[in-house]
Amino acid sequence: MFEPAGPQAHLILQLWHLIAWTCAGVFAAILLVLVAILLRTPRAPMPAAPDLSTTDKAEPGPRRSVATAVVASALLLLALVVASVFTDRAVARMSLVDAVNIELTGHQWWWSARYINGPVSDTFTTANEVHIPVGRPVIFTLKADDVIHSIWVPRLAGKKDLIPGRTASLQLRADEPGVYQGRCAEFCGLEHAFMGLQIVADPADRYEAWAAAQRRPASEPADAQALRGRELFLSQSCAMCHAVQGTTAGAQHGPDLTHVAGRRELAAGTLPNTRENLQAWIADPQKHKPGTNMPSTPLSQADLSALVTYLETLK
Amino acid sequence: MAYGSNTGLWSWLTTVDHKRIGTLYLFTALTFFMMGGFEAELIRAQLQHPNGRLLGAEVYNQMFTMHGTTMVFLAIMPLSAAFFNFLIPLQIGARDVAFPRLNAFSYWVYLFGGIFMNLSWFVGQAPNGGWFGYAPLTTMAYSPLLNIDFWVLGLQILGVSSLAAAFNFITTIINMRAPGMNLMRMPMFTWMSFVVQFLLVLAFPVITIALVFLQFDRFFGTNFYTIAAGADPLLWQHLFWIFGHPEVYILILPAFGLVSEVLPTFSRKPLFGYPVMVYSGMLIAFLGFGVWAHHMFAVGMGPIADTMFSLATMLIAIPTGVKIFNWIFTMWGGNINFTVSMKFAIALVGLFTIGGISGVMHASPTADLQQTDSYFIVAHFHYVLFGGSMMGIFAGIYYYFPKFSGRMLSEKIGNWHFWLSFVGMNLTFFPMHFSGLAGMPRRIYQYDANQGWDTYNAMSSYGAYLLGFATLFLVYNMLKSWHGGAVAGNDPWGAPSLEWSIPSPPPDYNFAEIPRVSSRYPLWDVKSPELTTDVPHTREGEKRIDVDAAGQHVGGGKAIGNPAGASSGASRPTHVERNHKTAEELGIPMPYPTIKPLFVALFMVTMFSGMLLIHKDKLGLALAVIITSAMLMTGFLYAWLLSPLEPEHH
Ligand code: HEC
Ligand SMILES: [Cu+2]
Ligand SMILES: [Cu+2]
Repeated sequence: MFEPAGPQAHLILQLWHLIAWTCAGVFAAILLVLVAILLRTPRAPMPAAPDLSTTDKAEPGPRRSVATAVVASALLLLALVVASVFTDRAVARMSLVDAVNIELTGHQWWWSARYINGPVSDTFTTANEVHIPVGRPVIFTLKADDVIHSIWVPRLAGKKDLIPGRTASLQLRADEPGVYQGRCAEFCGLEHAFMGLQIVADPADRYEAWAAAQRRPASEPADAQALRGRELFLSQSCAMCHAVQGTTAGAQHGPDLTHVAGRRELAAGTLPNTRENLQAWIADPQKHKPGTNMPSTPLSQADLSALVTYLETLK
Repeated sequence: MAYGSNTGLWSWLTTVDHKRIGTLYLFTALTFFMMGGFEAELIRAQLQHPNGRLLGAEVYNQMFTMHGTTMVFLAIMPLSAAFFNFLIPLQIGARDVAFPRLNAFSYWVYLFGGIFMNLSWFVGQAPNGGWFGYAPLTTMAYSPLLNIDFWVLGLQILGVSSLAAAFNFITTIINMRAPGMNLMRMPMFTWMSFVVQFLLVLAFPVITIALVFLQFDRFFGTNFYTIAAGADPLLWQHLFWIFGHPEVYILILPAFGLVSEVLPTFSRKPLFGYPVMVYSGMLIAFLGFGVWAHHMFAVGMGPIADTMFSLATMLIAIPTGVKIFNWIFTMWGGNINFTVSMKFAIALVGLFTIGGISGVMHASPTADLQQTDSYFIVAHFHYVLFGGSMMGIFAGIYYYFPKFSGRMLSEKIGNWHFWLSFVGMNLTFFPMHFSGLAGMPRRIYQYDANQGWDTYNAMSSYGAYLLGFATLFLVYNMLKSWHGGAVAGNDPWGAPSLEWSIPSPPPDYNFAEIPRVSSRYPLWDVKSPELTTDVPHTREGEKRIDVDAAGQHVGGGKAIGNPAGASSGASRPTHVERNHKTAEELGIPMPYPTIKPLFVALFMVTMFSGMLLIHKDKLGLALAVIITSAMLMTGFLYAWLLSPLEPEHH
């Protein structure tokens, strides 16, 4: 949040600084008065005679101070509301020319992202790792599959809820290339802690290359082991939940695996994407993310190895 | 057996005396406070290091849900209730609450409800949906086990307790004030309590409706929250927060009331701006019903709604600020006595201000989008609830313990308690502002290292351990002083309100003669008449008593409300005065002790818990339990209603 990488987060940070410093100033003033009064007021023996001279009598001094403090805080509060409204409008006014449209759906406990620019043939789906072009606005259409989730990428924008039965939208732009860590911010059940999302902002050419690669279906496996892996993938339960474009596997109950090997992390930030981790994940997902909606599949070591070899070809 | 004895277990089970019920509330709520605190320690132990392994995801989720639920419903609210019970009748010069047996009922429902909810730990299915339990996560589709059932039923049970108590106190305050105690002479604690009872009466039905919908969804297959069947996914959020924001004031206003008693006494000066304090309390409560959606800015309600809720929230800051300024100016020009109670009260003024001001920060919808659901919020509401409510309640405990028990708490141990709490509280919660701003969301059971969160989390954990340690000093102090503390006498602090005119602990009937009140500070008024010659008041029939410069009685005479025969000599008594005249001797009709409210409460809770069996596929047994309990409950209720409250008046 303190290192904004796009206009939205930048505007919010400016507003935040204004509010935070105003508030800190007000607190400092109150504290100062409090401490000054505590230091300067005489101590009383126990129990001293009460001073009732002020009962039912106006105390013009303190009354004036309180009134001034009230008026001052009211004015400051009003100023903050105005600043907030203007920031809100400025955030909403970001130019959306040439925007990338992405439909982002929250699931217990992962994200699917469908790129819906251009003709239908150009759409493609990926999961948990969302690439965007630097300097171009992105419009996320937000949906949820089960319960309420919330997307938060502190360096790019404020939060927005993903609500089942509703669509919301979040617009943002990344002005610097980089990997921006995001996560689900609304408690969504057991593995809420492991519902990470990475926004990868690439320069235009690299983004286009990435998108073109994502649009391609999975390539034909080259060697026998990978072929056997694909057999297993399609014959085992995997295909009931996952999709690999270019094969008969088309289910959407889990992340689209067409280009899973190209992703940086597995299972929404649970594990770095290495061969060993991939193998460990498939062998026993419940060990790494207890309660996740992927069951463990009993497979022989050889089968598992073949399956992983196949998945590793899905770049 | 007209009055029953005052000792022994049976006397506690059957008591209808508001003071003893207040004592029960106090110790029960402190026990739950320790449990909630223990849950917090486990949470902090889990988060002390990245990738903590102490608790798994499921247990962690149960832990934070129960920590929040316990602290809100089983600790802070009942701690306030302890003070309502004990103090309201004493402060307004009454002999009991309006409905003493209903009062006992409220307590037993609370106790059994709290036990019911915590029994869930023993089946390993404690509530796990967060204290605000957002649907649809809490519906059967996503939470099929008993966790949420315990929560839904438990909160409904506790709601019955709060509502019964609220009606009781409203009636008490409206109808039972002593002659001359007009509304604008009521002590500030009673005033704030009065406001809180209205908040309870208006806010609890809303959560009850939300819970009943959820209960029907879970048990009877209705679709209030089933989105596939067309339910509005935000219905729960709106209902919950329409209750939830006023709930914040239910938690904080009693503490505000307590410090408004403590600060004047230890500043030796009346509360500054009393009427403004009253009106700002009412205004806070009123506005509190119009700001709920500030918990929902991330939903995306659109600029108009956002701005309206933002404005309303900012508006609340003004009456709240007025209170803070008035407390500060109460001390100004006074003579400060730094007792432990006073220190806690001053700490509230400072720490609550931090929480209030970070509240202003979330009132901006745009800025809030970076703060909501992060640790920044956790920091904020702990400054409000620990820095505010708990500090106020601690101030109240040190101040009123002498009245509860007849004995003083040790100031020395109290100072340890205060300073360790003060440091521990800031060490725990201040770093959370920064972990939140660094991107740490709430309610995660593990986090990776090197995201800039590690140091803050370690600090928070050490702070939490310190805070836990500090609380042991309070427990030790209370246990030690209950029998061994210095004898308090009627009025150890030289305080202004009626409760200090009678012995400590007060006799059953509180006031041998109902006092006649002629000012806002009846005791100061009587003790120091020479200081108030220009204050309009009536003193027909009251003897003036003479005081020396330190406010000590030097002459004979009697303080108002003192039971006939109780000593009011100059020297402090050396043992707690307990042989006052009995109510019988004085001819004061006292309510009979009765066990019936306890049984009504017990069978109400077993009736609710019978519901659980439905989800264990034991419909027959469930029906048997529910119907039997309902019949027993109704039976005891009739027995209660048909038996006389107290002996005939003569
Ligand atoms: C019941 C449905 C289901 C079945 C069957 C299933 N998966 Fe999954 N899978 C999921 C879900 C859901 C996730 C997302 C888990 C999470 O992040 O919580 C997932 C995640 C994955 C991932 C990580 C993807 C990523 O981008 O992070 C891989 C790889 C994977 N599954 C492979 C397999 C293989 C191989 C099989 C067959 C042996 C299989 N799955 C069977 C539902 C399933
Ligand atoms: Cu989520
Ligand atoms: Cu609120």
